[in-house]
Amino acid sequence: MFALSGPLGRTITRRDAALHAGAPRPGTADPVVLTRDDIEAIGRELDALRAETVAKLGAEDREYIYNVIKAQRGLEVAGRAAMYVPFLPPVWLAGVGALSLSKILDNMEIGHNVMHGQYDWMRERGLSSREFEWDTVCPADQWRHSHNYMHHTFTNIVGKDRDIGYGILRMDPDQKWNPYYLGNPVWATLLMVLFEWGVMLHDLEIENVVQGKRGWVDVKPLAVGWWRKAGRQVLKDYVVFPALSGPFFVTTLVGNGAANLVRNLWAYSIIFCGHFPTGVASFSEEETADESKGEWYVRQMLGSANISGSPLFHILSGNLSHQIEHHLFPDLPAHRYPELAPRVEDICRRYGLPYNTGGFFRQVGSVWGKIFRFALPNTLVGRPKVPEVVIERSARAA
Amino acid sequence: MTDIIAGGKRRVPLLRRFVGLAEAMATPHGVDRYTELIAPTVTVNDLRAQVTAVRREGDRSVTLSLRPTRQWRGFRAGQFVRVGVVVDGVRHTRCFSPCGSEHGADGRLELTVKAHPSGLVSQELLERARPGLMVDLAQAAGEFHLPMPRPRDIVLISAGSGITPVLAMLRTLVDERHDGRVAFLHYVRRPEELVHAQELRRLAAARGVAVIVGCTAADGAGDVDGHFSAGHLALAAPWVRGAQAYLCGPARMMAAVREVYDGMGLGARLHTEAFDAAPAAVPSDDEVHGTVTFSASGIDAANTGDVLLEQAEAAGLSPEHGCRMGICFSCTAVRRSGCTRNALTGEADAEPDQPIQLCINRPVGDVDIVV
Ligand code: FES
Repeated sequence: MFALSGPLGRTITRRDAALHAGAPRPGTADPVVLTRDDIEAIGRELDALRAETVAKLGAEDREYIYNVIKAQRGLEVAGRAAMYVPFLPPVWLAGVGALSLSKILDNMEIGHNVMHGQYDWMRERGLSSREFEWDTVCPADQWRHSHNYMHHTFTNIVGKDRDIGYGILRMDPDQKWNPYYLGNPVWATLLMVLFEWGVMLHDLEIENVVQGKRGWVDVKPLAVGWWRKAGRQVLKDYVVFPALSGPFFVTTLVGNGAANLVRNLWAYSIIFCGHFPTGVASFSEEETADESKGEWYVRQMLGSANISGSPLFHILSGNLSHQIEHHLFPDLPAHRYPELAPRVEDICRRYGLPYNTGGFFRQVGSVWGKIFRFALPNTLVGRPKVPEVVIERSARAA
Repeated sequence: MTDIIAGGKRRVPLLRRFVGLAEAMATPHGVDRYTELIAPTVTVNDLRAQVTAVRREGDRSVTLSLRPTRQWRGFRAGQFVRVGVVVDGVRHTRCFSPCGSEHGADGRLELTVKAHPSGLVSQELLERARPGLMVDLAQAAGEFHLPMPRPRDIVLISAGSGITPVLAMLRTLVDERHDGRVAFLHYVRRPEELVHAQELRRLAAARGVAVIVGCTAADGAGDVDGHFSAGHLALAAPWVRGAQAYLCGPARMMAAVREVYDGMGLGARLHTEAFDAAPAAVPSDDEVHGTVTFSASGIDAANTGDVLLEQAEAAGLSPEHGCRMGICFSCTAVRRSGCTRNALTGEADAEPDQPIQLCINRPVGDVDIVV
């Protein structure tokens, strides 16, 4: 049970906030109660943490991001070059690997983070959130709208955050079931394989088009953007580079396609671990109306999950393995998240809040568990049994 | 052959085709984002420059020679350029007037930078500039330059760092073997503050050129004593009535020159360039005052002290925005001039032409926002 009680005795009950098994909790059956003062204190602590990090930003962060960019460009050039020797299969395979890594770095540690404005403070024309484009078919401006604004502002609010199931999956018991969702595992697999195309179509709001709520007028400007962006990407990976490799046209084409596929599988897996593992809470529109900054912070913490791993793993996940820190501070350079994580976890521990983290396979497994479970109606599989967190809402929200 | 068949369509030059292919290969980042990592002087679109020589004069000034990339279109003596320099990870942009001749060797640029104690960029250049350093560069701009054709007689007046645009004019005129009369009247406080002293001595030897240096705080050290006066002008250019004058210096000195010229009825012959002795200071008081100019919409409003997004909306505008809490960057707009304070960090910033987030920045005094 996840209950939010309002100051006028209003109580809103939510049922999907299982505390992560490892989360230390005082007492066992008692709900965690956050008073208004607690929430404002958490807000102040997190604000201070942010200010402390902002004050540190400088040459070190600049060097870091340029080193990542150099590594990415190096891998890309090496990968493209290796496509010229398909008659040496190990080299060709290494090339596919290098190009996959290049695309992963480009999309995750560079693109996603730069487009969040994490490096805008550098005032560098190549790293401005307004201008940056990434090596995928999704146009940056569409992504910035649906992701930076909609998803990061309304994180895990059912009905507002389209990242809950991306409009095609059922990932929360509060999404109404219908027979279409029997295909949940199939749709999820397709989304995984075609991930970059799914991301591109995200702004289309396919479910609204199907229901006739969006027409050609809304879709046309998006389609123009896709044509321009995806056209160039397709031309590069499936025409220009294969053609340049002359007799090796087909193997280069296959290699480039494989690199895009590897990136798709990886990005999908990391991103689905951000908000879908068991224990992550979702929220309703009423309970989040007129939130204070402190309440917003608490929702971000309850609505995100981390993945534990090595430093290299974190870089390759674009530090989205620190989804909790990312959601608290989406505009701080992501490579700072690892140093923030213990401090955030400490805050959670002191207030008895869950800090959802786990190894990659555990989190991925938990996500797929949900995909299968919510393919079926709640009446068959029930709602996950979860402990309570009680949040006292600020007076403004009454 | 194909050209004729295609109805005389112009042939795409080989280089352009090559660049087009390179861009298709580098999409979506652009070729420059690759070359900058290994050969920053090779660019397809970006204009930047490499420092080729550094000469420090006195303890406060540094003169840099720059070689711009091929996009550089040159400048007219008196104009300024924007130079972007990285200081502690952040690229800061400042305006400098090149002080070399328009006809300098192979398009080189020469900048003399005087370090202000609080000047982030000038200090950085004074202390750390060395050959090989890359800086960002923008094409020259500014209306303050010698007209074409050149006026016959020309008076150049400057003080302190204001020397750079008029020195460029003097050097250009000497290079052009200008056959009219030229007077160069320049002020420093003390003789050791004079930059380009040797060069000035050399130029003074040119036919028809009078160079007079005044020292305002050290009697007897210069050619004339004290601040600018009508007497100095008469000494430097007895023919002043028929000449065009170009003036650059600190505000007080410019006002003094303006007064003398207006008094002689020669105001229309005086062309000026204001120059700030120090970078725009951040006001320390937090009193709410000033005007917010939304320059893209032509609307002015009195500063209410609210964040800019709310002030814009109160003025009837609807700038793009999202979260209204500083996380999504949808509300980013360019602050053309003025100072704003970030409501989250409390930090104030006054660098011109910088993008800022409207939803978390409050104006401090007059601000111009491109909305
Ligand atoms: S509206 Fe989101 S950053 Fe300003």
